[in-house]
Amino acid sequence: MSEEGQFDAIVVGAGLAGLAAAYTMAQEGLEVLVLERGDYPGAKNVTGGRMYVSPIRDLFPDLWNKAPLERYIAHEEVCIMGKERSLTIRYDGSELNEQPYQSYSILRGKFDKWFAKQAERKGAMIISKSRVDDLIMENGQIKGVISGGEELRANVVIACDGVLSFIAQKAGLRTRAQSKNFAVGFKEIIEIQREVLENRFNLEGDEGAARLFMGDVTAGKFGGGFLYTNKDSLSLGIVVGIDALTEEIPANAPELLDKFKQRPEIAILINGGQTVEYSAHVIPEGGLKAMGKLYGNGILVAGDAAGFSMNIGVTVRGMEYAMASGYYAAQAVIQAKANNDFSSAALSAYEALLNNSFVLTDFRNFKESLDVLEYPPIFNHIPELAGNVMKDLYAVPAGPKDRIFPTIKKYMTMGEIWGLVQIGRRLMKI
Amino acid sequence: MSEVLGLKAKLGLDVFKEDKEFHITIKAGNEKDNRLKKAILICPAGLYSENEKGEVVISVDGCLECGTCLLACGEELLEWHYPSSGSGVQFRFG
Repeated sequence: MSEEGQFDAIVVGAGLAGLAAAYTMAQEGLEVLVLERGDYPGAKNVTGGRMYVSPIRDLFPDLWNKAPLERYIAHEEVCIMGKERSLTIRYDGSELNEQPYQSYSILRGKFDKWFAKQAERKGAMIISKSRVDDLIMENGQIKGVISGGEELRANVVIACDGVLSFIAQKAGLRTRAQSKNFAVGFKEIIEIQREVLENRFNLEGDEGAARLFMGDVTAGKFGGGFLYTNKDSLSLGIVVGIDALTEEIPANAPELLDKFKQRPEIAILINGGQTVEYSAHVIPEGGLKAMGKLYGNGILVAGDAAGFSMNIGVTVRGMEYAMASGYYAAQAVIQAKANNDFSSAALSAYEALLNNSFVLTDFRNFKESLDVLEYPPIFNHIPELAGNVMKDLYAVPAGPKDRIFPTIKKYMTMGEIWGLVQIGRRLMKI
Repeated sequence: MSEVLGLKAKLGLDVFKEDKEFHITIKAGNEKDNRLKKAILICPAGLYSENEKGEVVISVDGCLECGTCLLACGEELLEWHYPSSGSGVQFRFG
């Protein structure tokens, strides 16, 4: 322990970013305290359900062997839902079935509890039921936190307190959040007997399936539905833009999920299942354009708190950015401790590390994705169009069937083709 | 086909620990502000409603602590902080 602080670092929040930071710092012998407001690590943490392990595998080489992940995702589907019909694209690839597996379904209640134990084993101290209420600021330098009326001092505070990050706000690192940069996800965990689930989704052993749904599932608004298979449960939910939900034709969030469950495509998959939990979580989707400052004097921001989450349509990611940012925050603190300099200039090493890693590289590459995808025709017009074309292609009416080309041509008016070109041009920016 | 649970029944599946105080309140004088109506639509737990006086009211029991209402309505209208240490929803699956 250094002279000035009780701890080398105090981490606010035992989510993936916080635990990754604590694990990495403790491994290097730093004195680390993690404060978690929930009953236990994971108590306040929610995911849609899938983590991409490949980008972070090497950052935590000893972690994955025994990690309580659910199923590796071997089958991908995207379903385009019209009001009364849907078109599904399924992808199976040999690489999805080869070790090391790219992504896994995950339940944070299980995973975070376990990850916290691993961090404790490395020497981190984790205290639950401790909400951080304020920061200790002296001469422009953050010197610790206040929790339960008690002052806890450290050389660096790492704000991993989630998407609302009141800590980053108190430190003056981010401006007022704008609703257009956020989506809300809400989901049910539906338990289903393991054998039934494996039969229903054609899964062998630990294989898992991931299914995304767009179109009618969000009443044509920016967002989509998701389904992930866990060991013996499903994660079924919806993500929808906060502003999109309150537009001219409003929709009621909880009702969207109920309607989704009643769709014949979904009802058959959850039949006989038992809902055991209902949760919700806000997702930062604004990307690079919405990001605040990532460091200050004596403070770093990581995970959802920093806005590290990204929706580019077929892949929706956040957890691996959280873990990687926790890791790089830890590296910056380790370096700062070696030089005994915890100023903003010294801690800017964190941003440099992120810039050279997949984290900020991805955010730079995909900085247009929210603007591109937030385009209503993709979510209302296209799903109806796709469904109608398929309907006519498959139809064998009483009497003669129409020729194929004129059938398609009927839908492909000049206006329609122009519309598709516009969408194509937007998508080229991603 | 699996039945559709009512929102109350769904929230009844979650584990909640009671807090000593309300962690979200509508700032006095703003109850009729139109922007609060967004919360009625968007709160995943359906905690916001409009009473016969045309005021928006919130009942924080069953709050999932997602923060959607704060983002949708803004800090001018809502006094919002996390429940006190160890209180509020405790997810088992997450």
